[in-house]
Amino acid sequence: MSYFTPDRRAQAEELLSLYPKARSALVPLCHLAQEQDGWLRPEAMEEIAGLVGVTPAEVRGTATFYDMLHTEPVGTYLIAICTNIACLLDGAQELLEHAEELLGVRAGGTTEDGRFSLEEAECLADCDHAPCVQVNHRFVRAQTPEAFDQLVDDLVAGRVQETIPPHGTLCRVRRDGGLRVDRQQIAAERAAARAAKASRAAAADEAKPSSGGSS
Amino acid sequence: MDASEASGVPRIVTAGFDDPESYTIERYLARGGYQGLRKALGMDPEAVVAEVDRASLLGRGGAGFPAGRKWSMLRPDPVTYLVVNGDESEPATFKDHALIERNPHQIIEGTLIASYAVQASQAFIYVRGEFALGLERMQTALNEAYAYGAVGRDIFGSGFSIDIVVHPGAGAYICGEETALLESLEGKRGFPRIKPPYFPAAIGLYGQPTVVNNVETMANLPWIVLHGGAAFASLGAGRSTGTRMFALSGHVRRPGVYEVEMVKTTFRDLIFSEQLGQGLREGRTVKAFVPGGVSAPWFGPEQLDLPLGQDEVGAAGSMLGSGSVVVMDSSTCAVRAAWRITKFFFRESCGQCTPCREGSGWLERILYRIEHGRGREEDLEQLLDICDNIAPGLTWPPQMTTICVLGPSIPSSIHSAISMFRDEFLLHVKEGACPMSGGSHG
Repeated sequence: MSYFTPDRRAQAEELLSLYPKARSALVPLCHLAQEQDGWLRPEAMEEIAGLVGVTPAEVRGTATFYDMLHTEPVGTYLIAICTNIACLLDGAQELLEHAEELLGVRAGGTTEDGRFSLEEAECLADCDHAPCVQVNHRFVRAQTPEAFDQLVDDLVAGRVQETIPPHGTLCRVRRDGGLRVDRQQIAAERAAARAAKASRAAAADEAKPSSGGSS
Repeated sequence: MDASEASGVPRIVTAGFDDPESYTIERYLARGGYQGLRKALGMDPEAVVAEVDRASLLGRGGAGFPAGRKWSMLRPDPVTYLVVNGDESEPATFKDHALIERNPHQIIEGTLIASYAVQASQAFIYVRGEFALGLERMQTALNEAYAYGAVGRDIFGSGFSIDIVVHPGAGAYICGEETALLESLEGKRGFPRIKPPYFPAAIGLYGQPTVVNNVETMANLPWIVLHGGAAFASLGAGRSTGTRMFALSGHVRRPGVYEVEMVKTTFRDLIFSEQLGQGLREGRTVKAFVPGGVSAPWFGPEQLDLPLGQDEVGAAGSMLGSGSVVVMDSSTCAVRAAWRITKFFFRESCGQCTPCREGSGWLERILYRIEHGRGREEDLEQLLDICDNIAPGLTWPPQMTTICVLGPSIPSSIHSAISMFRDEFLLHVKEGACPMSGGSHG
């Protein structure tokens, strides 16, 4: 029986079909598993291994390289506060300390109720709204302690479910179908284009001597 | 209207940014979208390459390699790939983030033009994982482009076909390095590859010849095809042609992404112009600024009048890099700034090479110690000695001791901070505390 739900299993098959080599789908499949469970369960890594043709250890070994892939459970809401240079200049360290106090966890931790994980992030590329805060990788622009308190209130009250899905759901827009052109057709088109280019080059070469060398 | 528009300089990649719905295909078509692709498909592929060569378009990712030349270096092979790098992670760089969210169709159109020019078999747009909205916008735009007939089989009846795949990253700074990006796209840990081969044009994705270009580079292509490479090259000066997006942050009144003409604009314009950064807050002065991402050596106020040009900034001992400018005002603690940048490299080192993996950690701990009042005077020489072991001679551009440039980028901020603000380091040691901690303590 598949680890993935039937709908996600179909999505997994489509992901595999998008790449010339199956292993390229490894990270997208990990995102898909996180969408299902919020984190990467061992049984998810086993199934992904089977799908892309590597061992479960290789899936784990790859996943642990990436900050966004979690081989341990994380909170429903992963709050990331950037403290890198642009944010540091605008009070990020102080905002992180405020968040730690409010949530009662240190950066890297998860609240006991499993609702919030807090992370000290590297630059999230939203430096004109420093300090930069993301919840589940959505920019929330809570730049002051007051705005941060409001954000946490909203999350607890479930007021932002529309814009911020639970952790694990990354891209809510699905690709509209698989590849449209089969590889054989591409190969034939490219071969024809190469031949056409070669004949253009040959024609240009032929034209050269007749045009004379002095112009 | 911004400064460049007022002066007659076109907004090539940020056109439509004022429109809150700039990312939809309707709005993109309304501002002339996909006309460049239509024109390109009517040209011979080598003519498109020649036009981009004429434009002298330098890559907008950070290294600034001429895009046309990169394409020409492709090893002839029946199967080649185009990989578009939208994994923007260099600290304080946020131009690609803006471009992906607000102009995804122009990236897609550029990707198609490049795919046609180099006759790629398939194209991949790698979007940084932390850009959830960006991924959604890019995937939506790609779906729209397929439905419009701009991607897929027999595009606009031209006989040219190609598929594009939007690929999500998963959080790793190093994957912006092009060979690490390819490893990541192959479903592996993002370890940069050993050079040579120096260019994926020889051995790239799955060992096939591959072009890796930045998203902003792609977004310039429709305009270049429509208006000609010469028109593009008439903007800017020297090797730095066209316009470029700059991400301005730090202690300025109006941080943001600004598209300005290269070379004709100076750092002072960018930071102080009323249409751009609007100067510093509360009448403060510039203490130092980072001219091109945190891998770049810092500049001081005396370099404010340097033009935003690749060679000009290079000759002055730093780099335009990723196009991000971070302004630090007089309240900033140089030790703390250097420490935080170094901590970033320590966290993001992939761990393959000893100088980078070990050196970044040692440097981070020493800087932390100084910032927290437990430093020793000899720490300064120790810092520089470790830096010298990572990038021998502390020259610019740095000497390589590692597989990729992450390692040799680590000394930049430390060497700059010590050279420019040695007294401030010594004051930390002497007072046993950070002398700036009373202030806003950037």
